Amino acid sequence: MPGAFWCIVEDDRNGSPKKVMAEVIGEAARLAPGRVEAVWLTDKASEAGLKQLGEWGAARVLLLENAAFAPYRSEVWVASAAELAGKESPQAILAPVTSRQREFVARLAARLGVGLAADSVGFALEGDKLVATRPVYAGKLLSKVTWAKAPWVATLRPNVFRPAASQPGKTASVERPTVTAAGALMKFVERREEVSTGLPELTEAETVISGGRGMKGPENYVILEDLGRVIGAAVGASRAAVDAGWRPHRFQIGQTGRTISPKLYLGFGVSGAIQHLAGMRTSKVIVAINKDPEAPIFKIADYGIVADLFEVVPELTKEFKKLLEK
Amino acid sequence: MKILVTIKQVPDTATQVKIAADGKTIDPTGITWIVSPYDEFAVEEALRIKEKRGQGEVVAVSLGPDRVKEALRSCLAMGCDRAIHLNDPAWAAADTLVTARALAKVIEQESAQLVLCGRQAIDDDMGAVTAQLAELLGWPCAYWIMEETIDADAKSVRAARQVEGGLEVFDLPLPAVLAAQKGLNEPRYPTLKGIMGAKKKEIKDLKASDLGGAVEPPQLSVVGLQALPPRPPGRIIQGDVPTAVKELVRSLREDAKAI
Repeated sequence: MPGAFWCIVEDDRNGSPKKVMAEVIGEAARLAPGRVEAVWLTDKASEAGLKQLGEWGAARVLLLENAAFAPYRSEVWVASAAELAGKESPQAILAPVTSRQREFVARLAARLGVGLAADSVGFALEGDKLVATRPVYAGKLLSKVTWAKAPWVATLRPNVFRPAASQPGKTASVERPTVTAAGALMKFVERREEVSTGLPELTEAETVISGGRGMKGPENYVILEDLGRVIGAAVGASRAAVDAGWRPHRFQIGQTGRTISPKLYLGFGVSGAIQHLAGMRTSKVIVAINKDPEAPIFKIADYGIVADLFEVVPELTKEFKKLLEK
Repeated sequence: MKILVTIKQVPDTATQVKIAADGKTIDPTGITWIVSPYDEFAVEEALRIKEKRGQGEVVAVSLGPDRVKEALRSCLAMGCDRAIHLNDPAWAAADTLVTARALAKVIEQESAQLVLCGRQAIDDDMGAVTAQLAELLGWPCAYWIMEETIDADAKSVRAARQVEGGLEVFDLPLPAVLAAQKGLNEPRYPTLKGIMGAKKKEIKDLKASDLGGAVEPPQLSVVGLQALPPRPPGRIIQGDVPTAVKELVRSLREDAKAI
C-alpha cells in the first residue's frame, strides 16, 4: 500500500487548526482517498481541534505535542518531522502557504533530499507521478512540475482548493508518536502583536478589498474598512499606496507583498500594474472601480464601474448592508 | 565579519515572457533582466551591517549563465566588495536543492558568518533556498525579516520575522541565514563612483568541479510551461453611480454568488 498524504497542520497558536486546513485535507483526500493523515506539531492541541481534523476527513492524526514546538523554530520542527517521516514513509507532505510553513517544508525537503513545489494551485496524478501547477513569472505563466522521488513536498495557496466538508461524527485515530524535540539554536525573545483592525487576515480572507493610488491619502482607508466590516473583508493596498506611506507594508498585495486568492476581490482606485496582478490574479471574482476607463485592471475584471470611488464606496456599503440585513 | 549575499537574476516584472520552443523554459529574446527585488533588500542590509561595524566584507554570489555577471556587477556597484559567479552548464536544470547545495559549498569555502538572501526570487517564487541553505549548513534561519541587529561581539543576531498577526523576535547564534522581507530597508541606488569602481572589482567564476565535482540531479523538474487560461470577458456596468452599484450588488449575489 502506498504511503500516506501528510497534511501539516497550521494552527491558530491556540490549539485549533486554521480553516485553511480544510482545503489541504480536502485536496489530499481527493488525491489519496483513505490515506489522509494530519501531522500536528504544537505545544498544545485542543480536543475540539483534534475532533475538527477528523471531521474534515483525516483518517489519522499524528500529534507531536511538546513545549519546544512553540513558537515555531525550523531547526526543531524539521528534526522531529524528519524523524517521524523516517518511520512512516509518507508519499506526500502538504502544507498551506503561511509564513512559517513556507520555511518549514523547504527545510524539511532539504533534510529528506526531495523536491518542493511551493505555492501550488493545482495537482494531478499522472500514472505514478504527481504533477503540481504553480504560477510563475508574476503569474503570467503556469509551470507544471514533478518530483524525482517521494515524499512529494508541496505548499498549497489558500482559497484555491475546495475545502473538505465537515462531517459531524467522523473521527480520526489520534496517535502521539514519540520523537525527540531537541537541537534548538534560536532563542525566542518576544512577539509584537500588530494593532488589530478587527478585520480578517489578508491571505486567509474570502473577500478582499484593495485601495490604490486613487485613495488619495491614508485618511481615506477608513471608508474601505467600514465596507470591510459590513461584508467581512480584509483591506489591503497596492504598492503605490504602500510606497506612498499610506499603509504599512503588511497590507501590500502584489509581487513584493502578499499573494491572495479570495473568492471576491474589490479594487478601488487600483490601476492594475503587473506587479499587483501577480498577487491577486487567481482571485475568483474580480471587481474594479476606477475613474480611468483605460486602467489595466479592467482587462481582468469580471465587473467594473468607471466612476469616482468616493461616490461608489458609500453607496456600495449601503447596498451591501441592505442585502445582508435581509 | 564576512557576509555573503545570495542573489538571483530574474526577468523584470514588466517584461513580456514567452515560452521557448522546448515548452519548459522561457525564450530569453528581448527580456530585460534585473536583480530580484528582495535580493536588493538583502544586499542593502549587508552593506549597512558592514558600514555600522566599520569593518567586514560583503560578497555577492549568484548561480546562472553568463548574463548573471551583469546582476553581480550591479551589486558591486551598490557596494559589495567582490562577487562569485557559479557558472556551469551542469547547473542548467538546477532546482532549489541543487542551487542550495552549490551555494552551501561556497559559504563553507568562504567561511561566511552571516548569509543574507531575498525572501524569494520573483521568477519562480519558490522561496526555498534560504531554508535549504540553513539545513545543509546546520545553521538557524529566520524568514521574512523586518529588522535585525548584530550584537557587539558578532556572536549572535537579533531578528524580527514577519508572521501572520505580528512580528516574532529571536536571537540566532551566528553563523545564521536570514531572508529579507520588503520593509527591512530602502535599497540604495548605485552612485556613479560605485558604478565606475565596480568595473575594477573581482567577479570570480566557479565551476561545479571547483566545488567538489558531481552535481546531483534535480529533485523537482519542470514538465512544461503554459499560458494562463484566459479569464472570461468582464462587464463594465453602465449607468449613474446608485444604479450601477445596485446592479453590481445584484450581480455579485445572484450571478457570481460571491457574496
